[in-house]
Amino acid sequence: MALEPLIYELSSPGRCGVHLPGLDVPASELPAALLRTELDLPEVSEVDVIRHYLRLSQLNYGIDKGFYPLGSCTMKYNPKVNEDAARLPGFAALHPLLDIEDAQGALMLMYHTQEWLAELSGMKGVSLQPAAGAQGEFAGILMIRKYHLSRGDTKRTRILVPNSAHGTNPATVSMAGYEAVELPSDENGDVDLDALLAACDDTVAGMMITVPSTLGLFEARLPDVIKAVHDCGGLMYMDGANMNAMMGVLKPGELGFDVMHYNLHKTFSTPHGGGGPGSGPVAVNEKLLPFLPGPIVGILEDAGSLDDVPLFGWVMPEQSIGRLKAFHGNFGIIVRAFTYMRMNGGSGLHDVSRYAVLNANYVRTALRDHYVVPHDRTCGHEVVLEGHWKDVPGIHALDISKRLMDYNFHPPTNYFPLIVPEALMIEPTETESKETLDAFIEAMKNIAREAHENPELLLEAPHITPVGRVDDVLAAKQLVLCCVPIPDWAGSPEFKTSTD
Amino acid sequence: MSNVVEGLKYTKGDEWIRVEGNVGTIGLTDYAQNALNDIVYVELPSVGAVLARDGAFGTVESVKAASEMHMPAGGTVTAVNEALESEPEIVNSDPYGAGWFIKITLSNPAELDDLMDAAAYAEYCAGRD
Repeated sequence: MALEPLIYELSSPGRCGVHLPGLDVPASELPAALLRTELDLPEVSEVDVIRHYLRLSQLNYGIDKGFYPLGSCTMKYNPKVNEDAARLPGFAALHPLLDIEDAQGALMLMYHTQEWLAELSGMKGVSLQPAAGAQGEFAGILMIRKYHLSRGDTKRTRILVPNSAHGTNPATVSMAGYEAVELPSDENGDVDLDALLAACDDTVAGMMITVPSTLGLFEARLPDVIKAVHDCGGLMYMDGANMNAMMGVLKPGELGFDVMHYNLHKTFSTPHGGGGPGSGPVAVNEKLLPFLPGPIVGILEDAGSLDDVPLFGWVMPEQSIGRLKAFHGNFGIIVRAFTYMRMNGGSGLHDVSRYAVLNANYVRTALRDHYVVPHDRTCGHEVVLEGHWKDVPGIHALDISKRLMDYNFHPPTNYFPLIVPEALMIEPTETESKETLDAFIEAMKNIAREAHENPELLLEAPHITPVGRVDDVLAAKQLVLCCVPIPDWAGSPEFKTSTD
Repeated sequence: MSNVVEGLKYTKGDEWIRVEGNVGTIGLTDYAQNALNDIVYVELPSVGAVLARDGAFGTVESVKAASEMHMPAGGTVTAVNEALESEPEIVNSDPYGAGWFIKITLSNPAELDDLMDAAAYAEYCAGRD
């Protein structure tokens, strides 16, 4: 595949894609001082422009082009009906400052989204304000903080975070002014219960746990973990980024969690990963209900009769931690997520999680004889492999991923979670057919064989992309954050592409 | 096989400490630099910082991951290796020598007793391979 030239390189003097109508007013000369003799614009025809940008777009790899098993990101297919709904003029053209009487449809949609998310989580209340998962986490920990302070409990300064949690969890803890205490995992990949019990005291404000964990595993003794933290007066936060493994199967609220966040852009199929904004609603139980970020949508007047609809409007929870975002969250994403939920229905969402888990376990069992599976037990929606072999020490996870690109697959997540050496984190999602999964498995098996028989194939991959391996060390050390001027090293031998 | 140096003390978090009198020099082990791959950035504490055992004193960032460095024993920072700011790759090339991170005066030398010696650390690394 060739590198597409810049549009400037396609330029040919005198060529033009726009034809202006003839002059029908008297011509007037521009002042000489305002004229330039050279104007650096490409001179191209319409067909040049169309072909250039179509070719560029085809260099992209996205979920609409192929399998995208990027673990932790839930890159499921985004149904196009979501886009239709989000583009309905009544939603897309709505002004956020309209009176509530003129925005009842949008408010009703938000209200029902809150209700669905509360039902799926087994929680009592939901706020759609957070703009993404990390902001949902931040909101959750601020609520925990306000809960303790509202009771005059000022001793609690620490929050426990297992080392199998999402990397944003300890960051959230620090942002909220707490000290993050890392808990080790045991040999099965579960939270080390002894370490947890030793850490639990009256300085613990709560615990943030990712379920299923970043190892793709469902915590075997989750009720014991929750009890230990509750017994010392702490609250339990569930990172719900991996909710795709659990819908209709398990309700975190019923299990004893006090607060969690969703990633609508993951679980409920809205475009993300460079393709759109996120949305990270928080769901809470009764204890934290007064502290929800607001305003949230409530019913201001009940419906008069069965044929009537209630009046929806804004409600600020009594002791709210406040606003997190201008206006009302990422509304366009909420419309897409609501559409996805309604198109699937309750039983459909249950199927989503069942198939997501089935697909991950299918990949795990098919690859267990070819790759090291550090925790080879039934996994959730994703499986973590080790991307290296003792007998070929020169091959790393990165080389396997680069080689996968030659097979036209997006690589899985590399080097995360940190507690697995040379981690390859594979999340197939429920949207892939058995044929696609089989093709991916076949490619992974081939790569394992190539690593032993012809390791150069991996070390030099990818072979079919316009740009091959880039020097990521040089890139990290010499950040170039603007396109001009071109620095000296760009012409140096270290800066190579596969087309050289 | 990664290099382990006799005479140093080691942590499970892959820091080493060389003790001379009441002064400790702290760095990252060969095993860790090897696992992290090319190191591109090192963040160091200020001289004068007082840190408890296990407290985070710095960050090391490679093309693979960013990791915190923790104190093998409590103490006061008396010097930091400023060369690492412009040439973090020294940690890869000479982890036990020019790639040192900080020097401290120990606040409680008894804390060193809990650390691993070279033989125990070598065994600990072998168990992870």
